Amino acid sequence: MTSVASGPSAPSKTRLAGSLYRGREGMWSWVAHRITGILTFFFLFAHVLDTALVRVSPESYDSVIDTYKNPFVNLMEIGLVGAVLFHALNGLRIIAVDFWVKGTRYQRQILWVIVAVWVVVMVPGAFFMFKHSWETLFGSAT
Amino acid sequence: MTRNPETVITDGGYEIPGPVYSPIPPVIEAPRAPRRQRGRTNTELYAWLFMRISGVVLVVLVLGHLFIMNILDGGVQRVNFAFVAGRWSSPFWQVWDLLMLWLAMIHGTNGLRTIINDYTRRDGTRVALKGLLYTATTITIALGTLVIFTFDPTL
Repeated sequence: MTSVASGPSAPSKTRLAGSLYRGREGMWSWVAHRITGILTFFFLFAHVLDTALVRVSPESYDSVIDTYKNPFVNLMEIGLVGAVLFHALNGLRIIAVDFWVKGTRYQRQILWVIVAVWVVVMVPGAFFMFKHSWETLFGSAT
Repeated sequence: MTRNPETVITDGGYEIPGPVYSPIPPVIEAPRAPRRQRGRTNTELYAWLFMRISGVVLVVLVLGHLFIMNILDGGVQRVNFAFVAGRWSSPFWQVWDLLMLWLAMIHGTNGLRTIINDYTRRDGTRVALKGLLYTATTITIALGTLVIFTFDPTL
């Protein structure tokens, strides 16, 4: 991973490792951005189709929306929200890298900031999204 | 191609290039060459710019949509035909959903176009995948737009 710097006047290993792209935060955020983008885009096709059922009949729409209320599907929705949220935050990071003079210098720090924001949003988000499913499965809710 | 200029300049002045994502092809032109060669366009630049602008708008539209639909006031459990009818009785949410549909579809299509360009090796594969992508996108945008404009709450 640190093979890039092998010249005689290469900076110290630790300092260089903090700014490497390949195999480090820069690369992995790029990989995650692709994967979350593809996931969201494929879901979007399915979502436009299921919403199109409002044009068929209220019953057919309600029956397909019922699948979204299933606890297992509910878990996948939390995954989808997590994917979209990462893609949104990392997209803002990319914009910062592109348009902010110091964006490139701080791209690594910005990534850890957005990861922190992601966790702070996802913890209560997942809680409220799964609340009803939890009560259905383990609680006393109707 | 997506611009992702995560080329990093270390404190020692080293330049470590990441993969090249620049919308401007890395062509070194001859001195005093005409500024733009014939037949070259700025399509990739506009695609790059569109991703940034639509991205910012989608952050608001999509995260707002996810919050309202999945978290607020009972989340997805309260969504049904009547709920949709109530929302689309307001032009505000119609415009919101229409804009979100178009921007998200085009944003996603351009993203997948980039990925197809990156990973396909044979021209035939590339043309076939892009043809499939553009067909699916056109149908989905048309269907979604039709549904928003012709929705009948008394159905």
